[in-house]
Amino acid sequence: MAKRIEATDVTAYYGGFKAIENINLTVEPKTVTALIGPSGCGKSTFLRSINRMHEVLPGARVEGSLTIDNQDIYDRDVDVTAVRRMIGMVFQRPNPFPTMSIFENVVAGLRLNGVRRKSILEEAAEKALRSANLWDEVKDRLGKPGAGLSGGQQQRLCIARTIAVEPQVVLMDEPCSALDPISTLAIEDLMFQLKDKFTIIIVTHNMQQAARVSDRTAFFSIEKTGDPGRLIEYDNTQKIFSNPSQKKTEDYITGRFG
Amino acid sequence: MGDTPHRSAHAGTGGTRVATSHEWPAGASARVAEPSGIPGIPDNGLGGGGGLPRARAFGAERAFRGLTLAAGTTVLVVIAAIAIFLIAKAVPALRVNTESFWTFEGWFPNDDPPKFGIGALAFGTVLSSLLALLMAVPVALGIALYLSHYAPRRLGNALGFLIDLLAAVPSVVFGLWGRDYFAQPVADLSAWLNKYFGWIPIFGEGPYGSSILLGSVVLAIMVLPIVTSLSREVFRQTPTANEEAALALGATRWEMVRTAVLPYGRPGVIAAVMLGLGRALGETIALALTLGSTYAISFNILQSGGNSIAANIANRFAEANDTGRGALIASGLVLFAITLMVNITARAIIYRRREFTESAA
Repeated sequence: MAKRIEATDVTAYYGGFKAIENINLTVEPKTVTALIGPSGCGKSTFLRSINRMHEVLPGARVEGSLTIDNQDIYDRDVDVTAVRRMIGMVFQRPNPFPTMSIFENVVAGLRLNGVRRKSILEEAAEKALRSANLWDEVKDRLGKPGAGLSGGQQQRLCIARTIAVEPQVVLMDEPCSALDPISTLAIEDLMFQLKDKFTIIIVTHNMQQAARVSDRTAFFSIEKTGDPGRLIEYDNTQKIFSNPSQKKTEDYITGRFG
Repeated sequence: MGDTPHRSAHAGTGGTRVATSHEWPAGASARVAEPSGIPGIPDNGLGGGGGLPRARAFGAERAFRGLTLAAGTTVLVVIAAIAIFLIAKAVPALRVNTESFWTFEGWFPNDDPPKFGIGALAFGTVLSSLLALLMAVPVALGIALYLSHYAPRRLGNALGFLIDLLAAVPSVVFGLWGRDYFAQPVADLSAWLNKYFGWIPIFGEGPYGSSILLGSVVLAIMVLPIVTSLSREVFRQTPTANEEAALALGATRWEMVRTAVLPYGRPGVIAAVMLGLGRALGETIALALTLGSTYAISFNILQSGGNSIAANIANRFAEANDTGRGALIASGLVLFAITLMVNITARAIIYRRREFTESAA
């Protein structure tokens, strides 16, 4: 199910501003990869270019090649909606659809794909909510608004919504930064379980979190404000946090910089 | 800075330190105050060590509260005065009416005995307004979506400005334009509709000309800018997070609009439509110029004829005697009741989904 992602010389722009430059990175299937680095270093930009969400912003574009199991997702013939269905995304702030119930939120993606049969939707919703460790908390109020849940529950609802369409890859853009420690723990636990089925890439500012959840860690940095972000070091998480080969990485993880 | 000396002036107990602070320029008073222990707030000389300043008996706060209260009360007084005036004038006319006010199709309040009925007028008002909405709302929503989610930003702003300009055209201009230039094309369209769709009862026989159709097309054009610009604002306010959520699930742009933008904007769109309906129901001069001023209830929207409460008031007020004016005021009361019902319905629709809309805010 899960697929391998290969980025070659990925450079992304916002209009005239070059946000990241020449990122080369390979993500193996069924692993958790953490992207860390100081604010503005382009890790979220890189994450958003993986499912072509970067280009949603006016003037934004990506150069270089990004392949998923050797298929270039930026190929002219590729349907961008198919790419996004294959590569799901969880955002920094929980963003359930405010006008929809919990159930409708979870099946929103399936409905977009044309699934109409109620029995199929119900089955898929339960499966996704169980995978997101949310089922027991919401099974009695599936018809209530999704926005009425707590922040942590909303974020798990968004994860359920993302995995309900059974993507190959799940991207998470600082998914816990708006959450309290207990909800954060719940989501980290969830990542361990999800990695059996999905390739996960997570952007995080929290280095303990990166160390706890990821197999591999990529450290991004910038020289100074206005410069494009670059990939400084990419290695096994254990290596990055115990014995990084780059001085900049060491400075960052020991808190001397950033 | 400026309010520091003001404050101590109000404290007014004349401690020596207060006097000192007055002698300093306003900018320096904070420094003088430092001995009181709270930087920036001068010791006001009340009580011994660090007493709190007394609440001011009269200040901007109270004055403002009084002003807002007065403004609020004025609204109630004006509404009450209007209601009393309308009812006081309408009741005598309704008393002398020799026909049923609700069902009689005709308007002869100046005759002896007076005969007049609201039925045809209310029917014409509602029919022309609903038809206008039916034509205007889909177009308006289309324009609003295009401006907010499809058009390049600059083009969107320019077009939005044009639409707002359309709202600024006085209704008498629309009325004259509708009567003098638009009547012929609408008459041709009417003939065509009758020829091919005559089997639908609303597309009946002629003569064609100043018909409900003409009136409602003109009304539709007038309602269009309000509904458009309000809906555009509502659609623009859709949280980016929700739009991105839909896109990230693999939605196309239209699917994104359907999943995130339209449901989010629903209460706002309902409010916009109701405002448009309010304008259509109350529109006077444009309809006075484009409708045929007859007093019959007919679903044939092509035939010359039709009337509305407001247009009838405009057309008949000059010639009306005492009873005639009373009758027209009574019709105004009915129009008021219709608008009130429309508003209550709109609120009920919005209220029904409050659980969802409130958490959206």
